[in-house]
Amino acid sequence: MTKAQSLWNQGVKIGAIGGVSVLIISLIGMVESFGKRDIIAGVLPMGVAIALIISILAAYMAAKKTPISDKSIQFANAVVSGLVISGFLAAFVMIGRSFNIREMLVGASPVLYSILTGGVAGAGGIFLLLLTGLLCGAFAGILYMLRDLPRRLTVNALLTIFILGLLQELILPILKAWDVGMINYLAGLFYTLNGLTPVGAILSVVIFCILYLLWNANQGAIKSKYAALPKEARKKSQIAALIVLAVILIVLPQFLGLFLSEVITIVGLYVLLGLGLNIVVGYAGLLDLGYVAFFAIGSYVVALLTSPQIFAFGLNFWQALPIAVICGILAGVMLGIPVLKMRGDYLAIATLGFGEIIRILVLSDFLRPWLGGAQGIGSIPNPNLFGFQMVKPQHIYYLLLAGIILVIFISLRLKKSKIGRAWMAMREDEDVAQAMGINLVATKLLAFATGAGFSALSGAIFASKIGSVYPHSFNVFISINVVCIVIIGGIGSLPGIVVGAAVLMGLPELLREFAEYRMFVYGVALVIVMLLRPEGLLPEARHKMEFHDETEAGAKTVA
Amino acid sequence: MFQKWKDRVTVTDIVMWMIGGTLLLLCLWGSVSTIRAGLYTKSHWIDFLIFGLAQGSIYALIATGYTMVYGVLKMINFAHGEVFMSGPFTGYFVATAMWRSDFLDNHPIMAIVAIFAVAMFVSTMVAFLVEKIAYRPLRGAPRLIPLITAIGASFFLQYLFKGLYGSGVNAYPDIEILNGFWMIFGIRVLKIQVIVIIAAIVLMLVLYNFIMLTRVGKAIRAVSEDKEAAALMGINVDAMISTTFIIGGMAAGAAGVLYALMFKQVHFFMGFLPGLKAFTAAVLGGIGNIPGAMLGGIFLGLIESVAPALFLDGLGIIAPYQLKDAIAFTMLVMVLIFRPTGILGERLASKKA
Amino acid sequence: MKNVLKVFIAVCFLFSVTAMPAVAGNVVKLQKGEPVHLAYWFVTSGANTSLGMDTFRGVEIAIEDFGGKLKGHPIKLTGQDEMCGPEGGQAAASKIASDPTVIASIGSNCSSAAKPGVPILWKMGIPNVSPSNTAPFLTDPASGPDFDGYLRTCHNDKVQGAVAAEFAFTKLGLKKAATIHDGSVYAEQLQQVFADTFTKLGGTITSQEAVSPGDTDMRPVLTKIASGKPEFIYLPMFIAESGHVTRQCKEVAGLEKVALMSADGSFSPDFLKAAGKAVIGMYHSSPDFSALGDSYGKFLEKHKAKYGISPEAPFHAHAYDAAMLILNAIDKVAVVSGDTLEIDREALVKAMYATKGMKGLTGTITCDEHGDCADPKIAVYKTSEADLKAGLMPTVPFWKKY
Repeated sequence: MTKAQSLWNQGVKIGAIGGVSVLIISLIGMVESFGKRDIIAGVLPMGVAIALIISILAAYMAAKKTPISDKSIQFANAVVSGLVISGFLAAFVMIGRSFNIREMLVGASPVLYSILTGGVAGAGGIFLLLLTGLLCGAFAGILYMLRDLPRRLTVNALLTIFILGLLQELILPILKAWDVGMINYLAGLFYTLNGLTPVGAILSVVIFCILYLLWNANQGAIKSKYAALPKEARKKSQIAALIVLAVILIVLPQFLGLFLSEVITIVGLYVLLGLGLNIVVGYAGLLDLGYVAFFAIGSYVVALLTSPQIFAFGLNFWQALPIAVICGILAGVMLGIPVLKMRGDYLAIATLGFGEIIRILVLSDFLRPWLGGAQGIGSIPNPNLFGFQMVKPQHIYYLLLAGIILVIFISLRLKKSKIGRAWMAMREDEDVAQAMGINLVATKLLAFATGAGFSALSGAIFASKIGSVYPHSFNVFISINVVCIVIIGGIGSLPGIVVGAAVLMGLPELLREFAEYRMFVYGVALVIVMLLRPEGLLPEARHKMEFHDETEAGAKTVA
Repeated sequence: MFQKWKDRVTVTDIVMWMIGGTLLLLCLWGSVSTIRAGLYTKSHWIDFLIFGLAQGSIYALIATGYTMVYGVLKMINFAHGEVFMSGPFTGYFVATAMWRSDFLDNHPIMAIVAIFAVAMFVSTMVAFLVEKIAYRPLRGAPRLIPLITAIGASFFLQYLFKGLYGSGVNAYPDIEILNGFWMIFGIRVLKIQVIVIIAAIVLMLVLYNFIMLTRVGKAIRAVSEDKEAAALMGINVDAMISTTFIIGGMAAGAAGVLYALMFKQVHFFMGFLPGLKAFTAAVLGGIGNIPGAMLGGIFLGLIESVAPALFLDGLGIIAPYQLKDAIAFTMLVMVLIFRPTGILGERLASKKA
Repeated sequence: MKNVLKVFIAVCFLFSVTAMPAVAGNVVKLQKGEPVHLAYWFVTSGANTSLGMDTFRGVEIAIEDFGGKLKGHPIKLTGQDEMCGPEGGQAAASKIASDPTVIASIGSNCSSAAKPGVPILWKMGIPNVSPSNTAPFLTDPASGPDFDGYLRTCHNDKVQGAVAAEFAFTKLGLKKAATIHDGSVYAEQLQQVFADTFTKLGGTITSQEAVSPGDTDMRPVLTKIASGKPEFIYLPMFIAESGHVTRQCKEVAGLEKVALMSADGSFSPDFLKAAGKAVIGMYHSSPDFSALGDSYGKFLEKHKAKYGISPEAPFHAHAYDAAMLILNAIDKVAVVSGDTLEIDREALVKAMYATKGMKGLTGTITCDEHGDCADPKIAVYKTSEADLKAGLMPTVPFWKKY
C-alpha cells in the first residue's frame, strides 16, 4: 500500500466515520443538552468533552490502523482524520446557518452551532473548529507515538478527570453526608456546584498519577508474593476477602443514601431475574423471550393476596411470597409444556407470545373484576419484619440481598448436580442428550420451572417495593433487557450477571443527564460490547474456551 | 396395534391435544353464538375481511424481509422494524415539503412516487449499514450474539431517529386522490385499502419472481441452503447477504409508506409493533420460506380483524378488540404446537433451527 | 466454607433487624445559598409532549412571577419524564422520592402515571400537586391514605364526564351513544362517568369498547361499534389514539355522520395534525378560558414573550396555579433560624390543604379535604375548518352550562 492510499483509507475514511459519529451525537442533542453541565467548571462542558473524546479516539484509530510502519505517515493519518472530522462539523454548521434545516432535524439549533464554534461568530468560529480538529488529530498522533507507560498514564489521567466530573452528583452528596469540616473543605476544593474546579482537576490528575505509578512499580511484587503463598494461606486470604465483601455488602446502604440505594435495588431486581433466566438460557440453552410473564405472575400473586383491593385476602408479604414462587413454578411448567417440541427461534417467538398474552389478558376489561385491568392493583403493603416496616429502598436492599444469595446458592448447587449436567448436555445437542438417556421433557420443564420460580421471587419483591402493579410494567422490554444482561455479562456466568445488571441497568440510572439518551447509549453499548467482547464481560471459563474454538473454526471456514 | 400407538403418543402429546381441542371448541362455540346473535350483517363481515386483508398485506411485506434474512443468516433481525420505520419517517418531511408547495395536490402521482423513492432509499441504506456494522463482523459467532447486536441496533435506530426528527407524532398530509371509496361488485371498499392490497401483492410477486428466476435470486437461495458450498461454487457470500438486506430494506420501506398512507401517523416507535407482528407472521408461515411469510402475514391480519368479533363476542367477552393481539399469539402457539416449523416450513427445518 | 456462609447469613440477619435507620424526619434543612428544590414530573416525550411542555411552561412562569426566590433561597426546578403511563409514573416518582432535597413535587400530567406514582412520593413524605390529573379516583375518599399528600388544581372528571353527557343528550338531542377508551386510567374513568350520566339522563349506551395504546387499525373495532348504530361516539383518549379513531370513523360504513366528541386530553394543536380533515365538526370538552379575568391575559402575554408561542394544551394555567399554591404554602411554613431555612413537609401539606380563596389564574382556588382545589368551568368546543387551517384549537366555547 502506498502512502497516498493509506492516507485515503485510514486518514480520510476513519475521519469520515468519526465525523459522522460526532455529527450524530450533535444532531440528537447530546452535545447541546450536556453542554449545560461542566466537567471542569467554566472550562470544559460535558457535551464538548464527549465530542472531543470521540474525535481523539477516531484519530488514534486512524494512526493505529495504518499498515505502514512509518511514523510520519501514521502521524499524518491522525492529523488528517482529525481535520476531516472537524471538516464535517464545519460543513454542517455552514449549511445549518444558511438553510433552515431545523424543520426536519430538531437538534440543529443555533445554540449547537455556537457550542461547536466555541461561541465565535462567522468565519472565525469555523476556523476555530477546524483548528480544534487539527489539534485533536495531532494530540492523538503524538499519543500513538508515545511509549506504553506515558501513553497509558495520559489516557487514564484524562479519563479520571472525565469520570470525576461525570459522577459529581453522586460523589458530592456522599461527601456532604459526612458533614465533617475536613471533608467539606475537600469537597469545596474539588467541586463547584457545576463541575470540578480547575484546581481540583489538576490535583486529581496529580494524585492519580502518583497512585498509578506506585501501583505500576509494585504490582509485580504483590502478585508474585501472592503466588508464592502456600495453598492454605491463599485459601485463608480468599476467605478473608469474602468476609470483607460480605461486611461491605451488609453495611453498604448505610452509606449510600436514598438515591444510590434505589439504584442498587433496581440492579438487584434485575440480578434476580438474570439469575433465573441464566438457568433457562445459560444452562439449558432454551431462548426464552417471554420471561417477563413469570415476573408478572409473581407480582400479581403478591398484589392479589396482600392488597386490600379486589379480593382483600389480607395475607402479609411473607405468607404471600412462597405462594407467589409456587405459582411462578407452576406457570413455568404450564407454559413449558406447549413449547417442548419447539427449537431455536420458534421457541423464542412462542415464549415472547406467552409473555404478551399474559400482559394483554391482565390488561383486558374482560378480566378486570379479578385482576384490576388497566387500573392495576394498588395499596400493596410493604414487607413487615417483626413489626418493622420495610419502606425505604435501603430496607428492600436486604430483602434482595438475601434473595440473591439464596438464588446464587441454589444455582451453584444445581449446576454441579446431575440435573445441571443434563441441562448442559441438552444445551450442546438435544438429540445426543436424548440418546444418552436424558429425559428431555422432564429436564426442559425443570429448567423452565426453576427459572420461573426465581423470576416470580423477583416479581414478588418488586410488587411490595413499588406498592402497586400495572400490566404496562410487564412489557416485552423487560424480557429483552434480561436476555441482554445474561449475554452481555457472559452467558452461564454468575458474576457476569451481576456485572451485566450493574452496567446495563445501574449505570444509566446513575447518570441522570443521560435519561433522555439512555436507550440510545444502551443500544450502542450492546453493539459495541458484542463486537469487541462477544463472550461477554465476565465469561465463564469453560464457555470462553468453547467460544474461542468456535470463532476460530468459523474464521477458517469463511476464509 | 395399541402398543404401537402407545409408544408413539406421549403424555405431553395428549396434554397438547387437550389444550388445542379446548381452544378449538371455544372458538367454535363463540363463532356459532356470534352468528346466531345476528349482531353483524353480511356487509360488516366483508368490511372485517377487507380491513384484515389490508393490514395483513403490510405485515406480509415486512415479513418477507425477516424471512429472507433468516434464510441467509439464520438470525432474527430485530432491527427490521426500525428499517421499516426509518423510511416513512423520513418520507414524511418530503411529503410535507411537497404539500406546502402545492406540488402534492397538483401532481399527486409524481409526489407519491417521490415519497416512495425517498423512503425506500433510506430504509435500504439503513438495512445495508446495519448488516455491515452490526452483523458482518459476527459471522460464525454463536447464534445469541447477533441477536443481541440486533436488539442493540434496534434501540440505537429508534432513539437515533427520535433524536434527529423529534419524539412527537407527525401526520402525513391528506392526499386527495387516495380519499374516498370505490364500489367493487356492489361492495364499498376504501380506495387506500385497494391500493395497499394491490401494491403489496405486486411487490411480493416481483420479489418472489426475483428470488426464484434471476441469477442473483438463485445465488441468494444457494447461500441460504449452504454458505460453504455456495462459496465453493464461486458465489460471493458477503455480497449476496448484503443484497438480501438491500431487498429486505426496499420491501420494508415500501411497506412503511403504504402503512403511512393508510394510517397517516408516523413516529419513532412506529416500527416496533408491526415489526413484532411481521416476525410472528414469518414464523407462522414457516421462517425462511417466502410464500410462507406472505401467507402468515395475511393470516395474521385477518385474525386480528375478524377473530375478536367472531370468536369473543359470542362468548360474552366485553371489549374484545383489546384482546386481538392475545388471539394472534394464541393462534401462533397453536400452529406451532401442531406444526413446530410453521404452516409451510419444512419438517427438515427443525434440525437447522 | 459452609461455616462462613452460616456466619454471613446470621450477620446479615442481625444487621437487617438492628442496624436499619428509622424513617428520617420530614423536615428539610437548607444551608445558606442552597436552593428550595421543587420537582416536576410531566410527559416530556412521545405523542403527548405538548401537554407536558404546556404545564412545564406554566410552572416556569409561576416561579418567575413569584420572584425566583423564597426567603432568600433560590428556587430550583428539576424534572422527570412520566411518559403518560404507569411504568413511567413509577420510575419518575421513584427518582424524585430518592432525592432527599425535594420539598414538594408538581405532576403528573396523566392520571395513569399519578396512580402508582403518588403513593411512592407520599411514602417519602413528599406532597404533590397535579395540574392535569382529572381522574376521579385520585381524590376519591376510597383511594385511601396513600393519597393523603395529593392535591390538584384541575377539574375532577366527575364534572367533565357529566358535562359531555349533558351536552350530547340535551343540546344535541342524541339518544344512543358509544364510548371507546384506551385502557388509561383517565380515559377509562371519564368514559364511565359519561356512560353513567348518559344512561341516567335517559339515553342508551350501545357499547363500551377498548383499544390498546399503540394500536393503529381502529377500523375493525369501529365496525363493531357501527353494528350498534350509535348517533354519538365519546372517545376521551390521548392524541395518537384519538387521532386514529377520528380519522378512521369517517371511513367506516354507518359511522360517516355520527357526532364525535373527545376531551381535554387531546385538546391540542397536535391533535389537529393527527386527525387531519376529519376533525372538522368534532366536539371537545375542555376548561373554559374565555371566562378568566385579566390576570390570564397578562399570563398569555408573558408566555408569548418568553416562548414565542401561545399555550399548546389546556393546562398551563392550572400548572401556574399549582406552582403558586405550593410556593405560597412553603412561604407560610418555612422557618428561618440563623443561616438555615427549615421546612417541615408535614406542616407544608397541612398548609396546602388549608389553602382558601387563593386568587389563581383559573379562578378562586379553595382546597377541600380530599385535595380537589379547582373551580371548574368546563365548556364544549367545536372545531371548524378555519381552526384547522390556522392549526389552533378553537378558543371560543360552543356551549356551556353555566
